[in-house]
Amino acid sequence: MILTNIETIPGKQIIEHYGLVTGSTVRSKHVGRDIVASFKNIFGGELRGYTELLNESRQEAIDRMIAQAQSMGANAIVNVRFSTSSIAAGAAELYVYGTAVLVS
Amino acid sequence: MIELGITLTLLLCGLVVGSLIERRHYESIREREFLTRRTPLVSHEQIADPMLVQEAALVVGNVVIGMDYFKWFAGWVRSVFGGRVTAYETLVDRARREAVLRMKDAAKGFDIIVNTRIESCSIGGGTGQRAGIPSIEVFAYGTALKYAPQESSQILQ
Repeated sequence: MILTNIETIPGKQIIEHYGLVTGSTVRSKHVGRDIVASFKNIFGGELRGYTELLNESRQEAIDRMIAQAQSMGANAIVNVRFSTSSIAAGAAELYVYGTAVLVS
Repeated sequence: MIELGITLTLLLCGLVVGSLIERRHYESIREREFLTRRTPLVSHEQIADPMLVQEAALVVGNVVIGMDYFKWFAGWVRSVFGGRVTAYETLVDRARREAVLRMKDAAKGFDIIVNTRIESCSIGGGTGQRAGIPSIEVFAYGTALKYAPQESSQILQ
C-alpha cells in the first residue's frame, strides 16, 4: 500500500478511483502516564509517554484506513489528511482520510 | 504559608530546570537542523520530474511538549495584561521544529519532502477539578520522494 498526501503517486499512473477511505480512533491517556506527565509538567520538556501514545493511535487509524482501502481492492491511497481533535480533557480523536486508488 | 512556599519552590524549579531543558533542546535542534539541511522540505506539491520518481511514501513526525510551571505562570500573568507571550512562543517553536526534524528522520534515504503539512493541537489542561498545565502536540507530515539514480551528464542537460 502506497500512501501520499499529494494528489498523485509520482512515477505511477492512477487507473481507478474508489472514493474516500477513513480511519479513526479515540484514545485516552491512562492514569499512570497522566501522573508521570503531571510531574514532568513542573519542569517542562517532552512528554514521551504522550508522544508515543499519539503516535501509536495515529498508526492504528492509518491501519484501519488501509484495511478499508484493501477491502475495496485499492493498492494506494492519495491525498491523505490528518486531523486531531481533543474531545474531552484527556481524550483525543485521531482521524485520517484519503482517496483510495488503483495504480499501475 | 506552606502553600505559598510550595508554589514558590515549583516556580523556581520550573524556571531553573525548565530553561535548562529548553536551552539543551534548542542546541540539539540547531545541531540536527544543520545535519539534515541537505534534505529539502517544501510545502507545495509540484514535482520537478514526476516520471523520474522511484519511490513515494508518507512520512510523519510528532512530539508532545509540556509547559513548565514557570511558563504556565508567566502566561497566566500575561493574560491579565494581554500582549505577546514570549514564554509560549518558544515552546511552540521548539515543538514545531522537533516534529519537522522527526519527519525528516523518517525520510532517511529519500531526496525531498513535498507537500509538508504541520498541525498542532493543545492537549491536557482541562478545566475545573482536572485543571492541569497544558501541553502541545505538533504533528508534521509530508510525502517523501526518492528519485531514480541518473548519470551526472543527464542532470546537466
